[in-house]
Amino acid sequence: MDLVEAYKKMFSIRLVEERLLDMFSQGLITGTVHTCIGQEVSAVGVIGSLVEGDIIVSNHRCHGHYLARYMDVKGLVSEIMGLESGICHGNGGSQHLYRSNFYTNGIQGGMVPAAVGMALAENKRNNSCISVVFIGDGTLGQGVVYESMNIASLWSVPILFVIENNMYAQSTPISLNLAGEIADRPRAFGIKTQQAGNDLAEIHSTAVSMSEYVRKERKPACMIINTYRLAAHSKGDDNRDEKELNYWKEKDPMLAVRDSLGPSIADDIEKECKDFVKSEIDGICIE
Amino acid sequence: MGFALNKTITVAKAINQALTAVFEQDDRVYLLGEDVLDPYGGAFKISKGLSSRWPERVLTTPISEAAFTGIAAGMALRGERPVIEIMFGDFITLAFDQILNHITKYNLMYGGNVDCPVVIRTPMGGGRGYGPTHSQSLEKFFIGVPGLNVVALNRFHNTNNFYSELILKEIKPSLIIENKQMYGRKYIGEVSEYKIFDVEYKGDLIPSVLFTPKSSSEIDVCLISYSGCGDIAIEAAEELLMENEIFTSVLILGTLSPLPLKAIEEFVEDVKQIVIVEEGSLVLGIGAEISAILMEQCFDKLKAPVQRIAAQGGVIPCAAEKEKIFLPGAKMVVDRVLDMLEKS
Repeated sequence: MDLVEAYKKMFSIRLVEERLLDMFSQGLITGTVHTCIGQEVSAVGVIGSLVEGDIIVSNHRCHGHYLARYMDVKGLVSEIMGLESGICHGNGGSQHLYRSNFYTNGIQGGMVPAAVGMALAENKRNNSCISVVFIGDGTLGQGVVYESMNIASLWSVPILFVIENNMYAQSTPISLNLAGEIADRPRAFGIKTQQAGNDLAEIHSTAVSMSEYVRKERKPACMIINTYRLAAHSKGDDNRDEKELNYWKEKDPMLAVRDSLGPSIADDIEKECKDFVKSEIDGICIE
Repeated sequence: MGFALNKTITVAKAINQALTAVFEQDDRVYLLGEDVLDPYGGAFKISKGLSSRWPERVLTTPISEAAFTGIAAGMALRGERPVIEIMFGDFITLAFDQILNHITKYNLMYGGNVDCPVVIRTPMGGGRGYGPTHSQSLEKFFIGVPGLNVVALNRFHNTNNFYSELILKEIKPSLIIENKQMYGRKYIGEVSEYKIFDVEYKGDLIPSVLFTPKSSSEIDVCLISYSGCGDIAIEAAEELLMENEIFTSVLILGTLSPLPLKAIEEFVEDVKQIVIVEEGSLVLGIGAEISAILMEQCFDKLKAPVQRIAAQGGVIPCAAEKEKIFLPGAKMVVDRVLDMLEKS
């Protein structure tokens, strides 16, 4: 994959979300904001493996997925600010986004069956596109996820389930939420399942092979991304151990990509992203 | 097709024919539900014959109401016209989140940029001894859900128009309340008179059906009802006229949500007594909503407090005799009307 393009996307997503948190503190945004700071690599790695026409269904933590797909900073931030110029005219806000082939909702796991239905409908007209649905480890508590996996496998629906395991459901650690192994769950339905660590190249190459499998075989697959959320669940409320946070901050996958690019190229990209994000968001605030 | 088939069919058969017609007309139509394939053809035989003709569009599902309702939503978002069958109305609770937080939300929360025209069909109602979890009338929980049509089929509706309007033309999602006891009754369809009544159809997405006693210059009592209870109201109105010379008209609502305010307001003018009859439970029911509207909008036209008749409180018992006194019946309606008129 094009490392420069990927880094541009990852870095811009982080800048936008950091700015959103600032705007929240300043009272420019109300409601809530769930950032994917630390997990951008998943959005960019997976969505980078898709083609136009594929359907993406995301969840409450959806800004990164949206930006990885469209890089539409203005549309997203205007929506979160509740402006008429937002992509859903301010009705959806942070968690309820829609644009052509991209859908999100704020109910855990609630859109998983819709993603199956969309794949079925599209399959009728176009046998090359697939549906991709992002859920988290916390969402694995919902029954409708398994109902949907069962049907997707039974009916050979071309859908890729992406489980972003950040080891927390809001404030509750995975040890209090999940019995057994995540991978055993999709496999129980006969769904081909693969894992990837918190690394851009690994996520992207796994996503390429899994999405190709779904596209060619017209069957579901599941990929599990073991990642970590570096910011709070939403806004500022974070009770996690500082040592644990610092450990993961050092392993921030963004730093690894930066290292691969080398400081001079990375600095240039970062500057370009900062200018871009600043001008996009300042533009909205002035309007 | 046999001749004179339409003369003697049941309501179940009429729905089956209406669905067959929409399947013939449009290949965007799908049916999803449990046990809907031939030769079984659905628990109430509504889908009989469909899967033999359109195997790729009749999808029998696992026992997963939430998932198949959500799958239909996804299909509708991408341009299909899916119909789902919830085998018993009681099971709709398992799909409530999909209806309330998904299907009806998409258009509104996405700023009007998508439509999700899912049609949900389900039979409500008791009278068959199925007991606490297979006999309820739960439609009241869906009244007022923004973006949702709640409509109730009665055997006086033209089923072909009813289903094709909602499945092929309507852009909002719809919940169709069918009725278990009515499935086996004789289908009547659109008529201009029935027994002692003149029959008229009043506007709206799915029309309300108005029954007025023939050659009556004045109406004493108005009964408002819908679905299976509509038949009870008609039976009570006949008895009130024949036995007690009380002129009673009946309004069988087709659209329950949004409520057809105009039809209701016109209907209640110049009557001594209004009674709303429903099979669901009383508290915060459809009768409660209609009476609140009547009080707000036409208080000066009311001559007596609006009355409501509904199921008793508690669970619907299995035992036939207990169930009979638990659910509203024609005698209960007649007794209440006589009682109220005596008091006034």
